[in-house]
Amino acid sequence: MKQIKTVVAAAAALLTVTGAALAADSIKIGEINHYKRLAAFAEPYKKGVELALDEVNEAGGVLGRPLEFIFRDDNGKPGDAVKIAEELMTRDGAVMLTGTILSNVGLAISSLAGEKKYIYLAAEPLADALVWESGNPYTFRLRTSTFVQAAMLAEEAAKTDAVRYATIAPNYAYGTAAVEAFKENLKKLKPEVEFVTEQWPALFKIDAGAEVQAIEAAKPDAIFNVTFGTDLQKFVREGTTRGLFDGRNVYGLLTGEPEYLEPLADEAPEGWFVTGYPWYDVKDGPAKDFVDAYIAAYPGETPKIGSLVGYMTVESIAALIEKAGSTDTDALLAAFKDLKVETPMGEIVYRDIDNQSTMGAYVGTTAVKDGKGVMVDWEYKNPVAYMPSDDDIKAKRPAE
Amino acid sequence: MGLFVAQLLTGLANAAALFLVASGLSLIFGVTRIVNFAHGSLYMLGAYFGVTLMNTLPGVFGFWTSILLSGLIVGVIGIAIEVCVLRPVYRAPELFQLVATFGVILVIQDLTLMVWGAEDRLGPRAPGLKSVVRILGEPVPQYDLALIAITPFILLALWWLIARTRVGVLVRAATQDREMVGALGVNQSWLFTGVFFLGSALAGLGGALQLPKGGADLLMDLNIISAVFVVVVIGGMGSIPGAFVASVLISVLNVFGVSYIPQSTLVLMYVVMAVVLLIRPYGLFGREEKAGEHGQVGEPDRPIRPAGTKGRLFVAALIAALALVPLVGENFTQVLITDIVIFCLFAASLQFMLSTGGLVSFGHAAYFGGGAYAAALLVTYADTPMELAFLFAPLAAGLLALIFGWFCIRLSGVYFAMLTLAFSQLVWSLVFQWYDVTGGDDGLVNIWPAEWLSGTTAYYYFTLIVGVGGIILLRQLAHAPFGYTLRATRDSARQAEATGINVKLVQWSAFAMAGAMAGLAGGLFVFSKGSIFPNELEIGKSFDALIVVFLGGVKTLSGGVVGAAFMESAKDWLTRLEYWRLILGLLIIGVVIIAPDGIVGTLRRVGERIGLLRTQEFMR
Repeated sequence: MKQIKTVVAAAAALLTVTGAALAADSIKIGEINHYKRLAAFAEPYKKGVELALDEVNEAGGVLGRPLEFIFRDDNGKPGDAVKIAEELMTRDGAVMLTGTILSNVGLAISSLAGEKKYIYLAAEPLADALVWESGNPYTFRLRTSTFVQAAMLAEEAAKTDAVRYATIAPNYAYGTAAVEAFKENLKKLKPEVEFVTEQWPALFKIDAGAEVQAIEAAKPDAIFNVTFGTDLQKFVREGTTRGLFDGRNVYGLLTGEPEYLEPLADEAPEGWFVTGYPWYDVKDGPAKDFVDAYIAAYPGETPKIGSLVGYMTVESIAALIEKAGSTDTDALLAAFKDLKVETPMGEIVYRDIDNQSTMGAYVGTTAVKDGKGVMVDWEYKNPVAYMPSDDDIKAKRPAE
Repeated sequence: MGLFVAQLLTGLANAAALFLVASGLSLIFGVTRIVNFAHGSLYMLGAYFGVTLMNTLPGVFGFWTSILLSGLIVGVIGIAIEVCVLRPVYRAPELFQLVATFGVILVIQDLTLMVWGAEDRLGPRAPGLKSVVRILGEPVPQYDLALIAITPFILLALWWLIARTRVGVLVRAATQDREMVGALGVNQSWLFTGVFFLGSALAGLGGALQLPKGGADLLMDLNIISAVFVVVVIGGMGSIPGAFVASVLISVLNVFGVSYIPQSTLVLMYVVMAVVLLIRPYGLFGREEKAGEHGQVGEPDRPIRPAGTKGRLFVAALIAALALVPLVGENFTQVLITDIVIFCLFAASLQFMLSTGGLVSFGHAAYFGGGAYAAALLVTYADTPMELAFLFAPLAAGLLALIFGWFCIRLSGVYFAMLTLAFSQLVWSLVFQWYDVTGGDDGLVNIWPAEWLSGTTAYYYFTLIVGVGGIILLRQLAHAPFGYTLRATRDSARQAEATGINVKLVQWSAFAMAGAMAGLAGGLFVFSKGSIFPNELEIGKSFDALIVVFLGGVKTLSGGVVGAAFMESAKDWLTRLEYWRLILGLLIIGVVIIAPDGIVGTLRRVGERIGLLRTQEFMR
């Protein structure tokens, strides 16, 4: 029965080790992410955060105090993230929580935030449930909602003659939500469309050859793609080899983001209409300033959408604390109401109705230039026009 | 017709990489009896080396040379793993080595990230094989045809090696009876090393060969490993032709699954696995295990005794100390200890069936997550009060264990383990893909405890009482007549049967009991976290429990609890560091090598040696 002794000893050891004092006067933000599990997405995000932190602190910090992020790795597990969130808030003295890419981890922290009254700014999770079906007053989200991005693609799709659509999306919550949103918006604009096949490969386990054959067999006019990462690479390669994309319109959610387009290099698909981030092509204004600052800070690297989200996360938090005038939870909560933030994408607002920011999306067409996949003929779209109506959102959000 | 043929060809092409990795794993298992969790990592390394080499060596010649070289390099890495990590622990209890291979996974993950960076690599296309061939009007990539041609060739080469050479004779002999081979003067170490080289090289080759159809990324190690297990089990552990047939079967089924039931592709594989195991318990081409091959290697299990007065006082003092924590410790200490106690209970429940019952389960997470989901579903859909939903967790998990146990106890040894794995993966894939009910990957959220338990301290005491109570109950059971009977079935099923014990019934009850207690831990878990997601049902969760039981000491009573406390604490501390997986992996490997009897077992041995503990009577 030495087990309990070990528990106590371990706990005691932890107390001494982790109790180390941090700079006493800084304002601490608890940042939880999957730095190891999803290193490809989390690293650019962290770099964006650090760049913005340097800028904020060089300009004197917030409320005259330096802003500090405590970065913690949850290994992609919601249970671990909840534990770490508790530690950040109750032991490390964080004033609020932020971070996460995976939707499930975001939802777990959001649920904790609602229960324990911690403020949580979900930076990157894609699930709209965070602000709608499972929303709560303490959870806010920065990243453009999936619904809005799908609606932007549906609007473009409705302009063509295509009637028969195929969809392919990873078989998890984000994928299903994206397909649903695309269908809903497209049917509204063009009732005669029909969806001839829906493919649901398991996330990061796509059997690309089989998927391409199944889609080809359904003879669609156009394809809506939600796969990303390695699934996208395999899908594009098999699809190109087998001629799936010849003569068909393809709409790709997130496909234009550098995270996904860059690894494809000269094999990037051409002529797809996508949402993404054409940093290489922004000419002036704050968007260009961000790109220049990023490249100057990290020579040899280029910004990803994650970098931009990380940067905007810090800007949002700095603006929030300045507006609140204190780091008190109630003051922060009140300050989040219609909070306006100047960002590389222009001014964004945290909407009072659903705590979602009005970060928009770049849409455009893919092409290959100098052996690299890029977006051309792109434009930045404000999301407000694409959001569901206020009544719809109220119906979705749980009563407060 | 054209489409059908084309789909068949796609399936055959997909089978290539799967077959290579699976045959390697099967070969290693057959000879060394090591279930190499790290085989997926070797596959990943093969892909990364392949990408790097292909970018250096140009042309057709460079491409194929790169593939061969990747296989060789990974084979050499396999030798390094075998010599440095596994050789010191061959004499440890059966299956102990899998803890070491788990450490290897962590180390390789971080080293790969350090060397190649985080970005996904797209595999280069095969020079000269970039386009398609029209077969019955359907486009079939040339590289697919190349893969289809290569696979039988490798199968043939392996067959020739195993059936026609002296090395093959030794390998086959060792697969059947490795002690006899040793007795006949064959150097087992070199045989093991050689087999590890071959198995690893095959995995590396698989990783490099699939490059033109995919690429190299940091998730591919864990992504392939469950499919590889399925293939090896369906084909029969240790059988190369079995691995071939099973990988073709799984790949082809998957291709048709994509066309006809696109939303349930994950479930399909595990259904096939469970069905095959139920009809042919040893896989399609596997041989029945010989009695005595499993369970007892090395020193026999010691008789167990209830703790003495000193021990009891000690435990009472510790529980009292834990009860006092909220008075002195801060809020987070309670959160952390809550987590640790829950994991300890989960590990203790596995230890009960694994150590006391000799039933090695690879799928214990099904009952932990099953219990948690049962409670969460009740709260979500029926607005059940927390107290009632909580009670339902162990009941539901126990019921699930009763159902799965009925099938599983008909098998034994590693096939029992594999069937438990199949069932747990089945539960996982159902929860993951039955989006409308379980919320799929988005899980079930807002499952918080009742008002009177909602404070951190209140829940801390609740967990302490239920968790420690559960652990003590399991310990009491081991000392009860039921525990004695269970140990009798473990040590000699035939002898137990002869004395009138209903072996299967006893094992079945133990299975259900362990499941129910895991469900209890799951219930505690879901209300402490407020949410539940499919990852609590994953293969990884089962392995976590398995690893801490071995790490703590499989031949002790308290090993699981100590191992769990050690692991949770180590993880909590290490994840603050940049390369925590590397450090944790090295730590695990270190513990495995220094303490082959597990932490508790080795402490006990040391205690006996320096005279702190009495040597038990039978050893004198």
